[in-house]
Amino acid sequence: MANPTDSAVSSVKSDPKPKQVKEAIVEIVSDSGEGAQKCGQSLGAISAKMGNGVWTVEIIPAEIQPPARSKAGASGIRVRMGSGPITNMGDQANLVVALNEQVLYGRIDQKAFKPGTYLLIEKKWADNPSEDIRNDYRKSIRKFKQLGYLIHEIPMEEECLKIVNDARKGKNMWVLGLLCHIYDRDLEIASEQIRYVFRKKDQQVIQNNLDLLQAGYDWATRNLDIHYSIPPNPREGDHVVMNGNEALSLGVMAAGIEVCSMYPITPATSATHAMAETMESAGGIIHQAEDEIAAIGFAIGASYAGKTAVTITSGPGIALKTEFIGLAVMAEIPLVIVDVQRGGPSTGLPTKVEQGDLLSVLYGAAGDAPKIVIAPATIEECFHYVILARKLAESFRSPVFVLTDANLATGVQPFPRPVIKPDWFAPPLDQSPWKEGLKPYDWDHATGLSKRPIPGQKGGMYTLTGLAHDEDSHVAYDPAINQRAAESRSRKLAALLKTLKKPVVHGDEEGDLLLIGWGSTKGAIEEAVDRARDMGASISSLHLHFLSPLEPGIKEILKKFKKVKTVEINYSDTVGDPLITKENRRYAQLAWYLRAHTLVDIDCFSNVFGQPISPYRILKMLEEEFDMKFTEDI
Amino acid sequence: MIALKPDFCDITLPENYEYGMEDYSSAKAKWCSGCGGHTILNSVQKLCQEEQLAPEKTVFVSGIGCSSRFPHYMKTYGFHGLHGRAFPVACGVKFRRPDLNVFVITGDGDCCSIGAGHWVHAIRYNMKMVVLLFDNSIYGLTKKQTSPTSPLGTRSNTHPTGSVLPPISPVQATLGLPNVSFVAQTVDWKAAHLHATIRKAYEHPGLAFVRIVQRCPVWMRDDYEPTVKDPEAITLMHHENGIALDEKGMKKFRKVIEHDPSDIVKARENAELIKDSTPIGLFYQNHAASRYDQYGAHNLGISTEDRIDAINELMDRYVI
Ligand SMILES: Cc1ncc(C[n+]2csc(CCOP(=O)(O)OP(=O)(O)O)c2C)c(N)n1
Repeated sequence: MANPTDSAVSSVKSDPKPKQVKEAIVEIVSDSGEGAQKCGQSLGAISAKMGNGVWTVEIIPAEIQPPARSKAGASGIRVRMGSGPITNMGDQANLVVALNEQVLYGRIDQKAFKPGTYLLIEKKWADNPSEDIRNDYRKSIRKFKQLGYLIHEIPMEEECLKIVNDARKGKNMWVLGLLCHIYDRDLEIASEQIRYVFRKKDQQVIQNNLDLLQAGYDWATRNLDIHYSIPPNPREGDHVVMNGNEALSLGVMAAGIEVCSMYPITPATSATHAMAETMESAGGIIHQAEDEIAAIGFAIGASYAGKTAVTITSGPGIALKTEFIGLAVMAEIPLVIVDVQRGGPSTGLPTKVEQGDLLSVLYGAAGDAPKIVIAPATIEECFHYVILARKLAESFRSPVFVLTDANLATGVQPFPRPVIKPDWFAPPLDQSPWKEGLKPYDWDHATGLSKRPIPGQKGGMYTLTGLAHDEDSHVAYDPAINQRAAESRSRKLAALLKTLKKPVVHGDEEGDLLLIGWGSTKGAIEEAVDRARDMGASISSLHLHFLSPLEPGIKEILKKFKKVKTVEINYSDTVGDPLITKENRRYAQLAWYLRAHTLVDIDCFSNVFGQPISPYRILKMLEEEFDMKFTEDI
Repeated sequence: MIALKPDFCDITLPENYEYGMEDYSSAKAKWCSGCGGHTILNSVQKLCQEEQLAPEKTVFVSGIGCSSRFPHYMKTYGFHGLHGRAFPVACGVKFRRPDLNVFVITGDGDCCSIGAGHWVHAIRYNMKMVVLLFDNSIYGLTKKQTSPTSPLGTRSNTHPTGSVLPPISPVQATLGLPNVSFVAQTVDWKAAHLHATIRKAYEHPGLAFVRIVQRCPVWMRDDYEPTVKDPEAITLMHHENGIALDEKGMKKFRKVIEHDPSDIVKARENAELIKDSTPIGLFYQNHAASRYDQYGAHNLGISTEDRIDAINELMDRYVI
């Protein structure tokens, strides 16, 4: 198979000893449908199996079939592998594999990598029948070289065609082989992964892909002098590796939820896909409703009838569900609502991340509609928070929101394998006779809590209503009753608050600056804080998991810092922009909420680039705050 | 017979306890006098009593409107939810609770306007439940706005010189939907026919859609009065598989036609008659239409161990 005409690199190499690194970031980019994501996910899984910390994040164009070889069409994946745990996508990639050169432009624009990065580019375009394509290719290669990238033109297609007839099917596994050599991955584990990925295909397909893996590996051994190893730290106990939506889906089942009622919407739907095969043997059913309104109505109906239910959606779906959410609050119906946030408003950025729904979830209802809102910050928490939400919903007779986002939805991370406990499951349907004389809304004066009757319970008959009602659930327009009912619903949050612990500050409990975040940004914020602290900055961070009720003691924590600033992925005005002053500035959502809550003059750092926030961006912001240098410029 | 007093729950009912009418009625209905709702309520309570439906196993789900107040007047479980959204809630109730008797109470605005999307799909789901469409051809609760079933030219507060769009026929529309399994029509002022229709609907193994032409004496007196007075204004559809009326009941109708409820093509044709003379009876029934509630209940009762095993099996795939 040796091919002496290979001109990709200076000369054929013997295999030098790999250089040890603590971590590496790889991107694989291509047109849609070329299997880049499968390649990256496999690399992530192989690395996780080897004991490395991993975070993978998908690079998704908005269209299913964007034009081929276009800047906007970049589809692919980023894989960050490290010796220790990895909590976010990191800064710039160290090495990029591109199946065409055009998609690189989009990533360069987004500062996904910097000069000095290895770009491994499919070489076939150099000989394309179209002169335009040949020219574009040559021009681009020249330009990338000028910019200081380390270019390797690689005959991927040519090499694959030695093994399969159609290189489109299989090039990704050849690239996986290439990367396995570059990063010194265990070929045995890689082969196992291929057998797993293609488990539903016939033996020939599996063999072809194994051959491609080996060929890519061998080619890199002979032709590339890029060779690293990332020694893993030992990990104790069983671990699983998955993305946030897969974790959510397992959480739904492990919570014993019986009805998952949804209407397809990116980036939430894949959670339903992940449970589709198993849900029915796990004792539940997925209901694909006619729209989001029906989806939540159906879930509410099931829950009213004593069957635990979840509805999973994204921002536009939440907008449609709003009236029903108000009903669930008013009539105190337990329900888990998962919002996998994407860019808004309107249809916005369907595949991209934003933390833009916080205020609409908190306040987007007619009248006062207090409800519980929690936000997982890691993939592991995506699993456990659904179980928590189910319990809270039932205990507090309330809808409970779980706010995740597109970054968590597609981010992949290993975590300890959960051991499912029977008491995570919803208790069996209570059909015991209803306690004589007990009213359907027997609001406890201190906590606002009451027990709800479930159809089938003798003597518990009542008519639930979204109209103002008294303890008997009778329609009541008496002003005092409405006031009392509203107080009771609100008091439930205060009762829950009593059970919560003060959040823990990351870093010192006092200092010059405290960053506050929520949801998927935790890993990036804490990494930036650690790096800045290492360089002498007096900075800490706080990450909130309960957003309604807000965790206790926040104000005391804030008071110990000279300045407080939220870091969020949503919109805020920048003071100094045309017309924008400190008075009329519109703040990021958590900042807005915390300012009202604490009366502390909290600043914010936020944007709507539609990308996960990187430690790099945060450090750049911190450089201004501290007038120090934390990282190089790109 | 021991009755359950209104505000007291005698939970341990004696064996052989027989429910009386009072076991199904709670607050006094607050509809206007002469409103068709009263006779329908009475007929439904009678059905519950005749069938001895356990009040705790019976759920009335409604939307919003005058008609949707209905559940408050029953002494069963009830769900008085959102305008237009009774269907999804009722379907959710029934999905995993085959043991519950589910009734949907909806109005013409509720069902045929704001809830039209759900109506289409509820018919397609075909879950076992009785749907009573209280069609008074007007928005009652919100004070006389044009409804999607208002006859062309109806003067209302939104169209003082007369409505400008042709109305939807709920019967025709329903007969055109996939998986439709039961469509009947009756009028609130023919008590025997009304009751026989509701009974037939209750016995149907699927979603039974009943449009009840309902009097609204406050907003629509001119509209329904001629129909009530003119014996020719109603055509009874008769068939051995249709709505059962005894001889005495039959005698009350001047115009009678034979209609076989297994014939959907003829059913759609007869629904056209509506222009001259309101056809009442069973338009269509299919006992074999597929039922989504059976799918919903197919995996009830899996043991906790088996559920955990299934989840672990999936989790195994993610193990590293
Ligand atoms: C979302 C929403 N929009 C509008 C209303 C106001 N509204 C209440 S009942 C109703 C129409 C009622 O008409 P119909 O369904 O025919 O019932 P009827 O009162 O005639 O029985 C409307 C528009 C509402 N409650 N909710």
